[in-house]
Amino acid sequence: MSSEHTPENQASRAEDTHRRGLKGPSPEERPHPEGRRNSQGIRIDPEVEAEPEVREAVLSALVLNEPGVLARASGLFARRQFNIESLTVGTTQNEEYSRITLVVKEPEPGIEQAKKQLEKLVPVISVTELTEDAVRRELALIKVDGDHPDQIAAVADMYDGTVVDASAEAITVEVTGTNKTIENALDTFERFGVREIVRTGTAALEAGANATAKHWPDD
Amino acid sequence: MSERATPTPEADDSTSESAEAGEQPRTDEQRTEAEVEERPVTTGASSVVRALENAGVEAAFGVQGGAIMPVYDALYDSSIRHVMMAHEQGASHAADAYGVVKGEPGVCLATSGPGATNLVTGLADANMDSDAVLALTGQVPSDMVGSDAFQETDTIGVTSPVTKHNYFAGDADTVGDTVGEAFALAGMGRPGPTLVDLPKDITQAETGRDPGPARPPKTYNPQMEADTQDVKVAARAIENAEKPVLLFGGGVIKANATETARKFAIDHGIPVVTTMPGIGSFPEDHDLCLSWAGMHGTGYANMAITHTDLLIAVGTRFDDRLTGGVDTFAPEAEVVHIDIDPAEISKNVHADYPLVGDAGRVIDQVDARMEHSPDAREWREQCIQWKEEYPMDYAAPSDEPVKPQFVVEAFDEATPDDTIVTTGVGQHQMWASQYWTYREPRTWVSSHGLGTMGYGLPAAIGARLAADQMGDEDRTVICFDGDGSFLMTMQELSVAVRENMDITVAVLNNEYIGMVRQWQDAFYEGRRMAAEYNWCPEFDRLAEAFGARGWRVDDYDQVAEAIEEALAYDGPSVIDFHIDPAENVYPMVASGAPNGLFALSEDQL
Ligand SMILES: Cc1ncc(C[n+]2csc(CCOP(=O)(O)OP(=O)(O)O)c2C)c(N)n1
Repeated sequence: MSSEHTPENQASRAEDTHRRGLKGPSPEERPHPEGRRNSQGIRIDPEVEAEPEVREAVLSALVLNEPGVLARASGLFARRQFNIESLTVGTTQNEEYSRITLVVKEPEPGIEQAKKQLEKLVPVISVTELTEDAVRRELALIKVDGDHPDQIAAVADMYDGTVVDASAEAITVEVTGTNKTIENALDTFERFGVREIVRTGTAALEAGANATAKHWPDD
Repeated sequence: MSERATPTPEADDSTSESAEAGEQPRTDEQRTEAEVEERPVTTGASSVVRALENAGVEAAFGVQGGAIMPVYDALYDSSIRHVMMAHEQGASHAADAYGVVKGEPGVCLATSGPGATNLVTGLADANMDSDAVLALTGQVPSDMVGSDAFQETDTIGVTSPVTKHNYFAGDADTVGDTVGEAFALAGMGRPGPTLVDLPKDITQAETGRDPGPARPPKTYNPQMEADTQDVKVAARAIENAEKPVLLFGGGVIKANATETARKFAIDHGIPVVTTMPGIGSFPEDHDLCLSWAGMHGTGYANMAITHTDLLIAVGTRFDDRLTGGVDTFAPEAEVVHIDIDPAEISKNVHADYPLVGDAGRVIDQVDARMEHSPDAREWREQCIQWKEEYPMDYAAPSDEPVKPQFVVEAFDEATPDDTIVTTGVGQHQMWASQYWTYREPRTWVSSHGLGTMGYGLPAAIGARLAADQMGDEDRTVICFDGDGSFLMTMQELSVAVRENMDITVAVLNNEYIGMVRQWQDAFYEGRRMAAEYNWCPEFDRLAEAFGARGWRVDDYDQVAEAIEEALAYDGPSVIDFHIDPAENVYPMVASGAPNGLFALSEDQL
């Protein structure tokens, strides 16, 4: 037993007069910096602080076609409170891979986070944010009262839609197009008495010869 | 049954009593060399175990049960040391701490249903702290999945949010590869817990497949080096900084980058602040070290963080316990952020100089680009002045009960520098981090991000086994625990006794759910709802009942002796320190407040 560890020594250390508790200038007496950050942790000029602008982004993820991958992606978005407008998933030309298309509405840092978090999922191969020019399509089935079949067919025509089912009581129209086209079509069909509608999320591909997926696995 | 090991006379009674003539059951301690010799893979389960062996796994912590029995049966033929824990939560914490100390993924096992759900806390803990853990769970047979079969839980669903990735094994021929992949993934890039769910029919099915070495998934390629242009720009910023601070997070330790990081700080004369998980990345007795920042960090670390003009953060995720209010976090500083996980860059605090890559490699890259060190002499002097202005100190009048800080210091003095400290969660955890001087990485083993009470004892068990297997049988392992935290997992003392593990538990017993009591006094007008005990067990006697050694300490003059005796005892021991119940943890930054406003006492909050 070494001498400095004797109980006597420890006890006298306890009574040591230099033990006074925490000291130092109080919070008010300390210098405080002027600078500030916003809620995204970005340094800002406090004078010109503005709410970060929300924008819509279309993200396309190439993923391994394995069970549970959609649950992983949707769970991630729910857990991290990302604001998603739509999420679709389907196979690609190669049956080993699927493509998830997501429309998110977030301020810039949120969109960046969404991309990076999605990229972190192990079955995800690559994530791309699509350009403005990307081809975007949604589909809606609109079931209206069957009272005015001719007018309904004419309106469907206006939106490049088709009557896909008709009975004496109800007519179902299919409309495919951009989100805006579909919104407009829905507005117009209101007057026939909408009974039910169903909509898909957005499917999107880069326009022209541009590839949608940043990269595919090498093999 | 020719070469059966017979229990030695010293073996504990339970084993010798179970010995009957003829078909004598043998515990895993009694397997002979021949039995653990490499055997051919015959089933999914033996392929799982072979995958672990191929990955170099030497230990696993777990609890048996129906759905995982085939895997345990295969472990019978393996030299992997299995430690049977009292509770699966203990298994996941032990595996976590084992991995932290050893620097490789720790392995835990559990059966389906309650076994798997009991692991969850430990997995969530490992996930928050980026600790590499591989969990193997039994599952009901494939054709019963989804039928609410006995002990069926959707383990994949339950653990998805708290694992880096998880796998449902669907094929006996590939199950070994999957386990190898999960092991490799746990330790690679930003580490984390992975899980493989093993339906019983898959582990029981025949296969001859040896899975070979553990390989990470093809889609997983963490970026190891930062973009050279970005490095150059960041190096310029560092050269030109006037008040630079290096902020070392747990990532520095995980990347085994402490040597590189230390050299960089010292060569360039840059003061170092660590995060709590980063404790040990830089020696706390070094002039440049300001210890750790955040809610209960040192005043000087919080001053430095508040006034720096360039924060060079390495391997940290800017947790809110570190930043306080983000709006006032390092408000004058540009931020260089080095991290292997791109998603951490600008997640909580915007990075002006993002550098994605391995901590050590990127620090080397930056160092190679530095043409001169920043001129920070005045700043260093300022930091030293803050150290003098805000010393870590506590009052210890001899007519008051023993102060917990004194106990921590007494242990530190009585033990070598490489001693491993584990903790529960609460005030005692803060005192253990504030009043112990950490000098080495992987000596501070605690629950940071999740803040899991009950982590300490099972972590000490994991740390002990890791140290032993690394050839450091003489290394000291201390668990500082709270009375509340200890009560959450103290059943693991039975394991420490059974395995004769040399650990010392120091219960800093304030007979309170102390940290909660402190908050109630500060923020809830002293209304101590559910934070006070009117009865607390006698932990020293409880320890003795478990078969460990126990001491009780009420006075200053008993402290050193009890420590001496507990350290000298070769086995698990518990010292129940009855500390001052009124003691509080300071400094303190209130949740969401500016770090620079740290309070030194309750009236400053
Ligand atoms: C599993 C769990 N439950 C609840 C909490 C909330 N909590 C944080 S600290 C604390 C008090 C801990 O008491 P004790 O272990 O006695 O330590 P002390 O603060 O008294 O040192 C509690 C209840 C927690 N962190 N973990």
